[in-house]
Amino acid sequence: MSEALKNGPRMLPYVSAITEAVRQVLEEQDNAFVAGEDVGQAGSVFGYYQGLLAEFGDRRIVDTPISEKGIIGLGVGAAATGCRPIIDIMFMDFLGECMDEVANQMAKMRFMFGGGATLPITVLTMAGAGMNLAAQHSQSWEAFLAHLPGVKVLMPSNAYDAKGMIIAAARDDNPVFVVLNKMSLAMQAEVPEEMYEVPIGRASIVREGSGFSIFAMGRMVHEALAAAKTLEGLGIDCEVVDVRSIQPFDSETAVASIKKTHRALIVHEAVRFGGFGGEIVAQLQEEAFDYLDAPIARVGAPFSPVPYSPALEKLYIPNAERIVAEVKKVLGI
Amino acid sequence: MVRIRRFEEEAGKLMEDGKIPGALHLYVGQEAVAAGVMAHLSNKDQITSTHRGHGHVIAKGGQFSPMFAELYGKVTGYCKGKGGSMHISNMALGILGANGIVGGGPPIAMGAAFSNKFRKTKQVAVTFFGDGASNEGSFHEAANMAALYKLPCVFVCENNGFGEYTRQTNHQAVTDVADRAAGYGMPGVVVDGMDVMAVYEAAEEAIKRARAGEGPTLLECKTYRYFDHVGIRGMGLTYRTDEEVDAWKKRDAIASFEKLLTKQGILTAKKIENVYTRANEEIKEGVAFAEASPFPTEADLLEDVYFVGAAS
Repeated sequence: MSEALKNGPRMLPYVSAITEAVRQVLEEQDNAFVAGEDVGQAGSVFGYYQGLLAEFGDRRIVDTPISEKGIIGLGVGAAATGCRPIIDIMFMDFLGECMDEVANQMAKMRFMFGGGATLPITVLTMAGAGMNLAAQHSQSWEAFLAHLPGVKVLMPSNAYDAKGMIIAAARDDNPVFVVLNKMSLAMQAEVPEEMYEVPIGRASIVREGSGFSIFAMGRMVHEALAAAKTLEGLGIDCEVVDVRSIQPFDSETAVASIKKTHRALIVHEAVRFGGFGGEIVAQLQEEAFDYLDAPIARVGAPFSPVPYSPALEKLYIPNAERIVAEVKKVLGI
Repeated sequence: MVRIRRFEEEAGKLMEDGKIPGALHLYVGQEAVAAGVMAHLSNKDQITSTHRGHGHVIAKGGQFSPMFAELYGKVTGYCKGKGGSMHISNMALGILGANGIVGGGPPIAMGAAFSNKFRKTKQVAVTFFGDGASNEGSFHEAANMAALYKLPCVFVCENNGFGEYTRQTNHQAVTDVADRAAGYGMPGVVVDGMDVMAVYEAAEEAIKRARAGEGPTLLECKTYRYFDHVGIRGMGLTYRTDEEVDAWKKRDAIASFEKLLTKQGILTAKKIENVYTRANEEIKEGVAFAEASPFPTEADLLEDVYFVGAAS
C-alpha cells in the first residue's frame, strides 16, 4: 500500500510549500542561493525559510542589509555571471525602493545587450491586504510588473501552485516574480513531495461551469469559488479560472472560457483602476467580442491606499459578496 | 588612451553630422582612468560602466567595428543595435553594460563580485561611476554590501567635477568622494585622474586587494571632461569657463604621458605618430564597417526580450 493511500493525501500549508520548493531548488541547483532581508537567522518574517540556514549555511542563505536596490542589484549581477539567485523582497511594497533595479536593469538587460546576458532570477515577494498592516505593507502591485517587458509574473493562489511555480521560476532562464499572498500562508492543499513544475503561462480552471466565467487572481480565487457556490444556489453555473500566470497571460484559456459562458467578471485584490483586470477585458473584447453577451465586469479594491483600521480594511478588500453582487448586476437579477 | 580619444572625437563628429542617432556622452579628457584601471583586468574580470562608457569598453578590449556599428544602430553592433551608446556591452569581454541610469552600475557590479566569491573564482568586478552617481542611494547600498561581504569589488569614482551640468560644489558637501569610503569600512583613495601612472598604481593595489579576498576599495580619480555633457562642444559653456577647461587641458593625460615616455627614451616622435596612424586606420575601418552594415529588421524587434529555449 502506498504512503498516500495509507495516510491520505499529503496536505501542506502554503508556507511549507514555499519552504519545500526552495529547499528542493537549492538541492537541485548548486549555483542557486537565497538573498534577502531576514532570510537566514530569522527564516523570513513569514517563516518560509525556517531551517534552511542550518541546512545550507550562510553561503547559500544570505541575510542582507535592508537595501532593496542592493538586493536586486546583487541578483542581477550574480545572475548575469553564472548564478541562479532566489531574491527575497519581504513585502511587495518595498519594490518602490528598487524600481530602477527591477524596471531599468533586470527587465531590460537581456534586450539592451542584444541577447548577450541571461538572467535566471527568481524573486519571491509578499503581497496582499488583510493583516491590518496598512498602506505600505499590503499592496498588490502585479500590474506594475506585468507592464515590464522582460520579466514574468506569477501569482500562486494555493500551496500546490506555490511550490510548482517557484520550481518553474527557478528553472526558467528569465527574471520571474512569484507574488505570494500573506493571507494564504496557512491555507492547506495537497502537495506532492517530489519536484514538479506548474507551467508558466497557463491559467487553471479551478471550477468548471457553463453560465458565467470568473477570472480571479491570487487569493481572490478562493473568494471567487465561494461566490460561485452562492451563485449556484441561484441557478448560475460559474466557471472559475485561476489566472495565476499574469505575464505571460494565458489568453487562450480565457477566450475558451468565454466561448463557453459568454459572460465574465474579473476579480483581483489590487486597485481596480489600471489593474490587470483591464488588460484581461481588453484582450477578451479583442479576441472574443462576438461571443460576449454582456459587458465584462470587474471587481477590485477602490481607488485608495490600503487602510489600517480593521473596520475599513474589511470594506476595502474585494470578497465573495461583491463578486456575487456584480454577477447579479450583469445578469440583471 | 589615444585609441579612446580618437574614437570619441570621431564618434562625436559623426553624431553632429547626423550619422549617429541619439545622444553620445564622450569620454575625452578622462582617458587615463579607463586605461590605468583596465590594465590590471582580464576579459574574465567584469566591469560596469556609465552613460559615458565608450572609453571603458575600448580599454576593456572593445573593437571599433562592432562599437561603431552599435552607435549607428546596426545589427552588427555589440548589442545588435538594440542598446546603443548608453548600453554598449559585451559579456565575453566582461562588460556588464554601460548604463543610462546614473548609479545603475554599482549594485550590478557588487552582484557580479558576490557571484565571483560565491563561485570561488578569482575574478574582480570594477564599477565606474561619477561624482554625480555618488549621491545615488544605489551607490551607497552597493558599497555597504560589498564591504559587508568583503567582495572582490572596486569602486572607481571618476570625479570630473560635474553631475551633468551641476558643479560638484553644488551637488555635494564633500570635496573628496573617497571620504565616503570610511562610512562603509573600506579604504578610500584619491588619485590624480590625469596621471595614468598614478591611476595604474592605485588601481593595482585596489584590484590586488580585491583579488586576494580582502574586500573593496573606493578609488576616486580626479579628472575632467573636455567636451560638454552630451556631444562635442566644450568651450563657450555657461556652467564653466573656457579658462577652467584650458587649465585642465594643460594637464592632459595623453600629452603628459607622451612627454614622460619620450623623456625616458621609450617613445619617439615617429612612434607616437604610428600610434595615431594605427588608431585612425582602425577608425576608418570601423566606420566603413558600420556604414556598410545592415540595420536590424522587424524580425529583430521582439527578439531578446526573453530567453527562449531550454533552461541552462
